Amino acid sequence: MKKILTVFLIPVFALFFSLNAKAESLTLGWAAWDPANALQELSKEFTAETGIDMNFEFVPWTSFADRMLNELNNQGKTFDLLIGDSQWIGAGATYGHYVKLNDFFDANGISMDDFNPATVYAYSTWPKGTPNYYALPAMGDALAWAYRKDWFDRPELQAEFKSKHGYDLGVPKTWDELYDMCSFFQGREIDGVVRYGAAINTERGSEGITMGVTAAMYAWGMEYEDPNNPYSMDGYFNSAEAAEAVEFYRKMYEDCAPPGHSDAYMVANLDAYKSGQVAFQMNWYAFWPGVYKEDSDGRESGFFANPCQNVCAATLGGQGISVVSYSDKQDLALEYMKWFARPDIQQKWWDLGGYSCHMDVLGSPDFVDSAVYAQGFLDSMGIVKDFWQEPTFVELMLPMQERIHDYVVNGKGSAQEALDKIIEDWEEVFEADGKI
Amino acid sequence: MKGAVKKFKGLSDKAIAWLFITPTLILLLAINIYPLIYAIRMSFTNFYANKIGREPKFVGLKNYKKILGKEEIWEKMQITAHFVCWTLVLQALIGLGLALLLNRKFKGNELLTTLIVLPMMLSPAVVGVFWTYLYNPQVGLFNYVVNFFYDFGVFDMIGSSTLAPWSIVIVDTWMWTPFTMLICLAGLRSIPNYLYEAAEVDRASKWQQFIHITLPSVLPFLLLALLFRGIENFKMFDLVVELTSGGPGSATELASINLKREAFEKWKTGYSSAFAVILFVTIFGFGNVYVKVMNKIKER
Repeated sequence: MKKILTVFLIPVFALFFSLNAKAESLTLGWAAWDPANALQELSKEFTAETGIDMNFEFVPWTSFADRMLNELNNQGKTFDLLIGDSQWIGAGATYGHYVKLNDFFDANGISMDDFNPATVYAYSTWPKGTPNYYALPAMGDALAWAYRKDWFDRPELQAEFKSKHGYDLGVPKTWDELYDMCSFFQGREIDGVVRYGAAINTERGSEGITMGVTAAMYAWGMEYEDPNNPYSMDGYFNSAEAAEAVEFYRKMYEDCAPPGHSDAYMVANLDAYKSGQVAFQMNWYAFWPGVYKEDSDGRESGFFANPCQNVCAATLGGQGISVVSYSDKQDLALEYMKWFARPDIQQKWWDLGGYSCHMDVLGSPDFVDSAVYAQGFLDSMGIVKDFWQEPTFVELMLPMQERIHDYVVNGKGSAQEALDKIIEDWEEVFEADGKI
Repeated sequence: MKGAVKKFKGLSDKAIAWLFITPTLILLLAINIYPLIYAIRMSFTNFYANKIGREPKFVGLKNYKKILGKEEIWEKMQITAHFVCWTLVLQALIGLGLALLLNRKFKGNELLTTLIVLPMMLSPAVVGVFWTYLYNPQVGLFNYVVNFFYDFGVFDMIGSSTLAPWSIVIVDTWMWTPFTMLICLAGLRSIPNYLYEAAEVDRASKWQQFIHITLPSVLPFLLLALLFRGIENFKMFDLVVELTSGGPGSATELASINLKREAFEKWKTGYSSAFAVILFVTIFGFGNVYVKVMNKIKER
């Protein structure tokens, strides 16, 4: 009996102790999407180099903010590293969720000058533009467009479009041209199937329609506030140009979107495009490697940055990587960040499908030719604008989602009324936060 | 075991009763009563749960005044009332109708009952997701079926502010009518046959039998089912969030969805506590009145 016990128990204890003595580990939280898989792949190299195991929790976009912000607000220890949305930086810094990284950067020779300035401004600094860093730019991104190049290349469609509009069917330079083109495809039969114009963001629940409509509003020159009088929004956010942009977005929804596209964001836009329903899709650069790779059955995709209108501008996406201040493994997390900031790792990050913000990668002579969407990405990162990054950004996002959706999809009231009401809501939020 | 029995033998009936009730009471106090009292307390403050280190200030009735004076809150209440009233009406009519049909003996009765009850067993999230596909104007079955009977052309149930409130009513009715049906069926099967036999002897028509025997007998059961459904639908959240996210715009944003957004997205804990208290009082008040009316009907 003793022998049997010995034979049985020794391996059990050995296994138990070996598990306990296993290498240290880190948990990184991000959204569940293509770049997250690329990061998981990349991080294997970190584990190989340091022996530190990497665990990942990827949350679907629809519940990403809820899950992560609840975790931070509850001072949870689930995550050691978090790749949080750019708009969270204010709350992360103000409420002490993120570790301030200045000393760490100085001690390890990580310079923010080595990263694209727009991404440093957007993903890392709080208060905005000050040299107080709470994240390392991890994933550059902006809202852009993909289109069916194979349809655009058809001579009969080109001729018909030119005779109708007087200019060539090609990459639209302005939103007016974009409208001409997407309405041209609306309801058109191609290869025996009815097609539609554009899959645009109309999602109500999280941030979808706001990210979409601001792509138009920025191009019309909208500013959130008076640059000389912070939080004074009247005449800026609800300017005549901004209202015109919102009206234009509604026109795009009515005349170009496929039927039933009333609550659509990233995945729904991708589905509409991949299934051959639409000529254009609005989406984040993060998805373009996947779209490009999956071109098949005659589909050829082209990509372009957000068109200009009164000015050239694009909605910022993307995220920085932060160390969660409630983590018990901050040292290990910083070690990961140090590794991730290395130029060679950043190059591999881009090669795997992640959008590096490192200047060595972006400035490399090969960069523009490395992918068909690389030039668009570079162009976009030079003109990006972001939503409020205030600690109260969720409170600011929700009324915008509701009011804009109510006007664009629901057709309730006017664009001007929607913007005026959003300002009222925002003033209430800023008042409660002691900002005005 | 024997020791335990001996110990119990030494206790009075009352003590044993308390012994059994106490764990439930403790759970009830910890999970229901304490949070309720805490929420009432919070409702008089300007507390934000996400603003760490910021002490909540006492603001008196400010939150309540703000909520009751806000036009949008009344819009949400109207949307909720539309949803609750129509689902109750439809579920009562269809549920009772189905129960009357299934109360007859025919081949396949049991199989049909099982099939009808299936939607009730599904998760609301699953139901929400697959109805979004059914409602899809391009590939959804709903458009196809409706257009089969009358050509309305392409219409978007979820994307239209006129149709979206009805889209959630239809799905809830589809899912929960079996519940009303089952309760009504139980009521129908409890009616003694001799009542109908006596009515036949008195030459009462089928309609008279229905009005004077079936309906009065099944009414308390139906009202009970509607009470449960009314309370549930007043708090409806998951199904509608999956289906419409409260949209388009705010066309289907029920009070509970708005409450969740205020409490856990905007983190206005004090304000949303006041809103929760108002909703609780409303539902509690309606529930009490309803139960009293139901008891009066039973007494008849």
